[in-house]
Amino acid sequence: MTDSVRLSRRRFLKVMAGATGALIVGVGTVRAADTDLPLALLGDEMTQLGPYLRIEPDGRTIIGARDPDCGEGTHTSLARIIADELDGDWSRVTVLGLGPEVTRANNVVHWRYGHQRSGNATSIPAAWADLRQAGALARWLLLQTAARHSGVAAARLQCHKGAVLTPNGRRYAYGELVADAARQSPPTTPPPVKRPDQYALIGRGAGDVDARAMVQGHSRYAIDHYPGEMLVAVVRHCPWPGGSLASIDTTEALKVPGVEQVLQVKPESGQPLGHTPIAPGVAVLAQDTWSALKGFDKLKLTWQPGPHVDASTARLRDEAVKLLDSEAEPTTHVRSDGDIDKAEKQAHRHVEATYTQPFVAHATAEPINCTARVDADHASLIVPTQAPQQALALVQRLTGLSPDQIDIQVPRTGGGLGRRVDHDFVAEAVMLAKAAGKCVKLMWTREDGLTHDFYRPMAVHKLKASLDRDGHIIGWRQHMASPSALAGRSTPADRLWTSEVDPDALPAGLVENLDSSWYGLDSVLSRGPMRGANNVTNTFVVEGFLDEIAHELRRDPLELRHELLGDPRMIPLRGGGALDTRRLRAVLDLAAARIDWKHPPRNGHGLGIACHASYGGYCAHAFEVSVRGERLIVHRAVCAIDVGRVVNPIGLEAQAMGGTLFGIGTALGQAITVADGQVQQHDFNDYPLAHMAQLPHKVEVYAVPSDAAPGGASPVAVSSAVPALANAVHAATTVRIRRLPLMTELLRLL
Amino acid sequence: MQQAQHTAPDSITPVAPRTGIKLVVNGEHYLHTGDPDMPLIWYLRDILRLTGCKYGCDKGDCGACTVLIDGDAAPGCDKPMHKLEGHRVTTVEGLAPDATELHPLQQAWIAEDAILCGYCQPGWLMAAAGLLARKPDPSDADIDALPNLCRCGSQPRVRAAIKRAAKAMNTKDSA
Repeated sequence: MTDSVRLSRRRFLKVMAGATGALIVGVGTVRAADTDLPLALLGDEMTQLGPYLRIEPDGRTIIGARDPDCGEGTHTSLARIIADELDGDWSRVTVLGLGPEVTRANNVVHWRYGHQRSGNATSIPAAWADLRQAGALARWLLLQTAARHSGVAAARLQCHKGAVLTPNGRRYAYGELVADAARQSPPTTPPPVKRPDQYALIGRGAGDVDARAMVQGHSRYAIDHYPGEMLVAVVRHCPWPGGSLASIDTTEALKVPGVEQVLQVKPESGQPLGHTPIAPGVAVLAQDTWSALKGFDKLKLTWQPGPHVDASTARLRDEAVKLLDSEAEPTTHVRSDGDIDKAEKQAHRHVEATYTQPFVAHATAEPINCTARVDADHASLIVPTQAPQQALALVQRLTGLSPDQIDIQVPRTGGGLGRRVDHDFVAEAVMLAKAAGKCVKLMWTREDGLTHDFYRPMAVHKLKASLDRDGHIIGWRQHMASPSALAGRSTPADRLWTSEVDPDALPAGLVENLDSSWYGLDSVLSRGPMRGANNVTNTFVVEGFLDEIAHELRRDPLELRHELLGDPRMIPLRGGGALDTRRLRAVLDLAAARIDWKHPPRNGHGLGIACHASYGGYCAHAFEVSVRGERLIVHRAVCAIDVGRVVNPIGLEAQAMGGTLFGIGTALGQAITVADGQVQQHDFNDYPLAHMAQLPHKVEVYAVPSDAAPGGASPVAVSSAVPALANAVHAATTVRIRRLPLMTELLRLL
Repeated sequence: MQQAQHTAPDSITPVAPRTGIKLVVNGEHYLHTGDPDMPLIWYLRDILRLTGCKYGCDKGDCGACTVLIDGDAAPGCDKPMHKLEGHRVTTVEGLAPDATELHPLQQAWIAEDAILCGYCQPGWLMAAAGLLARKPDPSDADIDALPNLCRCGSQPRVRAAIKRAAKAMNTKDSA
């Protein structure tokens, strides 16, 4: 039998009995309810299971995690949220990653699980809004069933670690109750969720649910799958942006044992795939990866440069500086508060600076890959993606199949960082699978991943602060030039700034007269989102410049920030919500206290601090560094963070530590440059990821206790890390870092 | 009823003994009869399906494919099979003494939750196994010298896990 409880106008919880007597609770949409999911479809195979929660008669609890886990720990934290409401036994929980699933009603497609995306810190808030209900409903059903079995009123029963307890100590394990609970009529309204003082798992640390499989090498990423009769397709793309394939001779390549086909990847002209055109490429399809790689070496290929042979990032930077120095009208006036011209005229003095940040690549740990098989009436794919629903929609468009004929598996993924919201590689895999008529595992080499990324755009910022006689900041002019990450993605021209500038970025709302403007540039490189988005590039500039102002004024940088933040208050944000200056000040002061800001070291070490707010979270970093010879040594790294109630402290620490090190690792040495029309970086020698020796031994993470609804942490902890490090470098060496990569600039200026 | 006539052949050509590259992987003997130039990583992944050896960069830069060759940590991507004749290879799947027990390094990794996206961790584990075999009590500088890369920022937990495992292994040895 199935039964349902309505959560809202569009969503409802569904209760079902499994054939083994299991209790299943899922979430659906109202229209899907009309069609009533047949039980047979659910089956008893765990892998075919759709719903969020299933409790077996032996007590095993299977929880579905709908959002991809690319290292954000969502498989663990989403399951903890459900398990806590259930009062489940965590040691009996198995977490199952859920692919995108659709149901159809009246030709309208419904996503079965609602939110399914990794990125922008949305997983936890979305789960908090609805997943708790699934756990609460299961718990309610078990409680009612135990009441009937025991003859004790439900109100007098307690749930604890996978069992219902009666006042006289009788224990009903959930497994004993599930068969009857699945037949229990659900309540007419959703049962209440727990009060915070009732939490048993939320707020307590748990290690990653996949840890054991991972350390044994058994955890299978997309790249580790080998479906039957699969061919490996190694693809390489034209090294010239905008170039094309001039000639190809496959004779020798096809003689390599194991090589079966050589296919071309052609960008469908005028018909963008996803939003982004695919670079022209050549794929060698072979029975194994080595044969494909060897076949590649035997190909005789020539590429045609195309129209951008002269493109260079050095020239693009010059162009940006010239544009910012000119009187030219900006592409977009992003925000204008008060009267900046008047403030600049009235000012006692000005501080000015120009900051430059290069293009950077995602360089996710797991290289780009995708496995696809496309038949006339079915497609199955294994996709390392952050956005399964978008991947499914793309496959639908490319194959003409209906969504219910498309099966997408989303295994645990080796890093997302924003790269895997773009699905150019999915389109390639589908095209190759269709052309080959076989299951194809698309593989990019590391070199292609670095040279054909959707890069975080280069950015040049020009700033001018106006200070009154007492050293107060009365005006802030911030002009930025960058090639928009949204260009070429069917975003209207007047919205291209939105990926580059945040109108709410500090010090907006704190300085009376403010002008934030954006100048659009053009670039041959494809651009896309990256972890932390424009918060990262913007915060480096703003928090570094604030430090400069403090030094100009011979003031303590922490005190200057205190003054700027002013009294505790809520500043309404244009993007919705509000900035709580009390929470920002709290993380700032916590970081300062932990680094012992008031007692700066006298041994040549320097302290730096910075803070930031985004995605509803607040974060501050403080570093202690020294420079010895050509080495920058990070002696201490402190990260204070407030993302509301902490679901999993161990997971939060991982995200704060990881965000900090991703931020500084990227800033230390990484830059993608273009010269003579080609990307110059090909491997980890010229695109260096930070080595162990360059990173702090520890990131000291301090979470501010909070009752606010939990937020995501992954991108929040990135932004203030880099300026705090740069400010510490200044304190240690007097070298001001206004240009990244940091080490290049430090060694240039030392 | 007629019977088929069987006549003995005049001569017998013996089947040549299978030639190939003999090596030991995780304690089991294998004979690689394919391309001798195939790098170890693709033999482990594509042929033996030991996918704990991860593909990362192809150039020995990132350490994701680190395995033990005769006990020494080495990347699998730059070792052609013909150089492995007679050698012993251990992958992360073979790190633990048996299927039911975890190696102290694996236990330490779980205890420190040194995971994040997890993709590079098998490589770190094998690099750490090589290090502890050489230096049972490694210094921070020894750990700093590990060539592995991690994009997620797990390094502090990896460091803590190596130290935890070293401590556990040394305590066990002296007991």
